[in-house]
Amino acid sequence: MKAKIQVTLKNGVLDPQGKAVEHSLASLGFKGVEGVRIGKYIEVDVQAETRAQAEAEVRKMCEQLLANTVIEKYAITIEPS
Amino acid sequence: MNVAVIQFPGSNCDQDCVQAIRQVLNASVRSPQVRLVWHKESSLANVDCVVLPGGFSYGDYLRPGAIARQSPIMQEVVRLAKRGTPVLAICNGFQVATEAGLLPGALMRNRDLQFVCDQVYLRVENVTTRFTMSLRANAKQSRVTAGSPRPVGPRDDKEIPIIRMPIAHADGNYFADTETLQRLEGNGQILFRYCDAHGEATDAANPNGSLRNIAGIINEAGNVLGLMPHPERACDDQIGGHDGRGVFESILI
Repeated sequence: MKAKIQVTLKNGVLDPQGKAVEHSLASLGFKGVEGVRIGKYIEVDVQAETRAQAEAEVRKMCEQLLANTVIEKYAITIEPS
Repeated sequence: MNVAVIQFPGSNCDQDCVQAIRQVLNASVRSPQVRLVWHKESSLANVDCVVLPGGFSYGDYLRPGAIARQSPIMQEVVRLAKRGTPVLAICNGFQVATEAGLLPGALMRNRDLQFVCDQVYLRVENVTTRFTMSLRANAKQSRVTAGSPRPVGPRDDKEIPIIRMPIAHADGNYFADTETLQRLEGNGQILFRYCDAHGEATDAANPNGSLRNIAGIINEAGNVLGLMPHPERACDDQIGGHDGRGVFESILI
């Protein structure tokens, strides 16, 4: 199964990269951009019998390595390979 | 004192740390007192002090220090740290230490998104710890035992030493939630703060956006120090100054 993980900064954590991109978009002439936050997208191919099992495994991966839960949160989607 | 300097793939300040420590201990080049330990080793027997050096372990992949934190040797480092062994975590080492939970908070991308290579002034906020005792501006007797992060006795602003050290990092922006920051302040766990030449912790003197200008902190037990500046690069006047020597002397002598 394929796990698709989005790792993003928690609300309230400053994102200077997002701010820099926001300013660039404004320079390019895009009006009405109210905010930009930049995160990470990770794909993990896991062997598992069920989606629930896959998700449980991937959740542990996020807690232990893929996300720094002091400053990041994560969202997992499981799809068949 | 036996000191182990841990090497991860990509660490590049390990030799400077060994050199600085040898100088302070007056140990010869061949002395086993100070040794490099490869990250795949699993034992730190007879080690009295651990150094996590600066560099780019694993190329800062995923997050700085995130992968190094999972190395076999880190289990031993964490075990020793819990037992009270002094751990000096410099720059990338500080990042590894926060990833490992040895210190609270996290180091993020610098506020201005640039790698900053510069000399900075630091306020030494707490001169009663085992990492800062030798940095005391004057040799007054302190009424606190070594290792306690809680300063006892009057804290006189005039007695705060100002030291100078190099920094070189892209991810030194210290973050912790408000509750943690308040706890760190209250416990005297903030050891070093970026400041100007007069000792004022101003925004202009903050090179990376760290909350409260935090440059270095210790854990509650007082045995783990994490700091972004490089004391091992401030042990020789010929390359800019010797203020870093006091950090090593405090722990090792």
